[in-house]
Amino acid sequence: MPQDIVNTCPQTREGVINTYFLEHRAKLLDIAAYLDRVDRGRGDDPQDFRDRAFREALKILSSDVPHRARRILELFSDMSHEIPQSAEGMKGAAGAVPLATEDRS
Amino acid sequence: MKYIDPHIHMVSRTTDDYQRMAQSGCVAVTEPAFWAGFDRSSVQGFFDYYRQLTEYEPRRAAQFGIRHFSWLCINPKEADDPGFAREVIAIIPDFLERENVLGIGEIGLNKNTRNELIILEEQIALAEKHNQLVLVHTPHLEDKLKGTRLIMDALAASKIEPGRVLIDHVEEHTVGEVLDRGFWAGMTLYPDTKVTPQRATDIIEMYGHERIWMNSAGDWGCSDPLAVPKARLEMARRGHAQTLIDKVTFDNPLTFLSQSPNFQLDE
Repeated sequence: MPQDIVNTCPQTREGVINTYFLEHRAKLLDIAAYLDRVDRGRGDDPQDFRDRAFREALKILSSDVPHRARRILELFSDMSHEIPQSAEGMKGAAGAVPLATEDRS
Repeated sequence: MKYIDPHIHMVSRTTDDYQRMAQSGCVAVTEPAFWAGFDRSSVQGFFDYYRQLTEYEPRRAAQFGIRHFSWLCINPKEADDPGFAREVIAIIPDFLERENVLGIGEIGLNKNTRNELIILEEQIALAEKHNQLVLVHTPHLEDKLKGTRLIMDALAASKIEPGRVLIDHVEEHTVGEVLDRGFWAGMTLYPDTKVTPQRATDIIEMYGHERIWMNSAGDWGCSDPLAVPKARLEMARRGHAQTLIDKVTFDNPLTFLSQSPNFQLDE
């Protein structure tokens, strides 16, 4: 339990699992099937920054460190400080950004 | 049970939705001005939209016993042309006198550009000049964290008290900063983006129930006008007290919105 937040969850851990296990078992299988689908896709590995960010996020999922949702959202966030003049020519939100070690151009 | 959906775009919804919301306990909605899914080509297009928000929608909602209130602005997605945006902003003051108008919104940023920031600052100044509440749209997905911080900095540079500003579409990575800086926080319940009823309930469990509300932001995209009652059900399912459920879905919106003299509910 992280110390920097309150916790008013009324359920026991067992209660949470009883309530949500099947629902999230299904979501986990959705992710597994999605990754299999990417593997089965035709063509070469596209080296897509969204795919790399997604797989990095999976490491956060399986860690024991709390605030997983917040940390994944931060991983997917634009942490730059530049402010462009106009949105002209910009694409819509992609949902992820190149990882810090990648080319952001 | 009764609840308020404090952010929903009813111009994009059918009359059936008003009926289902009323049946689910909705007693009031507030509707911010937003992007229609395409860019309007003239100031007249906004004039007609503001008339729809202040004249037509309140009558349509009233058929089902729902009070309808609105917020006016030029949304950030159409604010990237400052010249055009200023022409639109110039027609807003006359509408602020309409009896269902609560303030300026949903202003904010979309792609975090300087042009958007300039118009955001000018609309913050408009709210300050006319002593209006402010409802803020924060950017989507990867742009949200940076945009939320830019918006809060712009608001902090004004004389508007943070307690008169609701910053919407918060998620786990923005809610803490929003509340820490004294603003109200809104959670938008969307099926694919923003938060689910489960995550909204998690956030309340982790960040408390003060200065926070939830809304459906139902519009023309994938969204659910019954998202708020579904979140109420989610909270009840976990065993939260009815008083807490009522606080975040009725009492808190009532407290924030009642800062506007125009927000009155039927007895």
